[in-house]
Amino acid sequence: MIIKLINNLGKTGLNFCEQLGHSGIFLIRAIPRLPRPGKTWKLLSEQIFAVGFLSLIIIVVSGLFIGMVLGLQGEHTLSSFGATQELGQLVALSVVRELGPVVTALLFAGRAGSSLTAEIGLMKTTDQLASMEMMGVDPLSQVIAPRFWGGLISMPILAIIFSAVAIYGGYLVGVKWLDLDAGTFWSNMQAGVSFYDDIVNGIIKSIVFGFVITWIAVFQGFASEPTAAGIAKATTKTVVYSSLAVLGLDFILTAVMLGGW
Amino acid sequence: MRNQSVVQTIVGFFMLFGIIALLFLALKVSGLTNTFNSGGYNLIANFQNIGSLKVQAPVTISGVRIGYVQKIKLDPNSFDARVVLHINKAYNDLPIDTSASIFTEGLLGSNYISLSPGYETQILKNDSIIENTHPALILENLIGQLMYKVGGQT
Repeated sequence: MIIKLINNLGKTGLNFCEQLGHSGIFLIRAIPRLPRPGKTWKLLSEQIFAVGFLSLIIIVVSGLFIGMVLGLQGEHTLSSFGATQELGQLVALSVVRELGPVVTALLFAGRAGSSLTAEIGLMKTTDQLASMEMMGVDPLSQVIAPRFWGGLISMPILAIIFSAVAIYGGYLVGVKWLDLDAGTFWSNMQAGVSFYDDIVNGIIKSIVFGFVITWIAVFQGFASEPTAAGIAKATTKTVVYSSLAVLGLDFILTAVMLGGW
Repeated sequence: MRNQSVVQTIVGFFMLFGIIALLFLALKVSGLTNTFNSGGYNLIANFQNIGSLKVQAPVTISGVRIGYVQKIKLDPNSFDARVVLHINKAYNDLPIDTSASIFTEGLLGSNYISLSPGYETQILKNDSIIENTHPALILENLIGQLMYKVGGQT
């Protein structure tokens, strides 16, 4: 009985390592495989359009609302210390350092990662990838690499837009609605936020998240079982794995960055 | 399939939007203009104790912000704190006997540097040293002194 349990554990562990190795090799093969320069921009722009631009609405709307809620909650809590003038700093720091990259990454995993997986999985199921290979077109360079790079480029842009919109949302609630002073709001924010420590760290986080999410999404699609159920499973895995990876990596990155890195 | 050039234009706009958002974050949120705007000069002040003064803290005269703290180091010889102040070029006529003190905004606020100009006709130039400085008041020391005095009276 116990032997069987340990046997199962070993099997899971080996499976995990194998998957990790597979996806690593897959990634290393896919990254440098962008097709020739003239065609690259065409394929890449299609992917940035699908992955980045079409995610813009959900990013902007959730950014605005998260900023407004932060403004309300922050004002409510800070007013009990008589420190409402620090609202700008509170909103800006929490959005730029933490909420911007993480919430964008979670939305991105749900909105863009799942569609990447489903698209590639369906291509595999309907033998499009195989027929590409038959025609002498490398699916890694034609399908995988543009999607990977498109996701990697789109994610930081989306996170930056999210942060900017959320801070504007905080401004709307704090200054326009709750009548705080606009001058103190912005000047306290500028005194508290530093470009290199806070904003650049947020951007680094979002680049790392973009890398991990598109990696997982593309690999899950490429390695999915070529059946309808297989695509469903791969899509679910993409969302679950990339959300978990984002949250775990966020903790590690924050610890490293706060540790005076 | 959408028209190729339309897609590229939209992607261009998307990237432009991202750059505008980054500029907004850099200029309006983090106030990066303060750092880029190097049209100013540096003064050096040595303090016995700077409390919790931080880089980017404001430098003021009569409460008006005229610059910020650029660098904080420890002087290896005297073990004093060596603070480099960046002063806006509009205020280049500070007298040579200007003194610098570290104050606290409110009871629990952050530290800032206040300069009080003197009466000499010579003015401070780039990289000159402010001789007359007053260290930060540390609340614990004050309480300690007070306790000592009160204890001595009874």
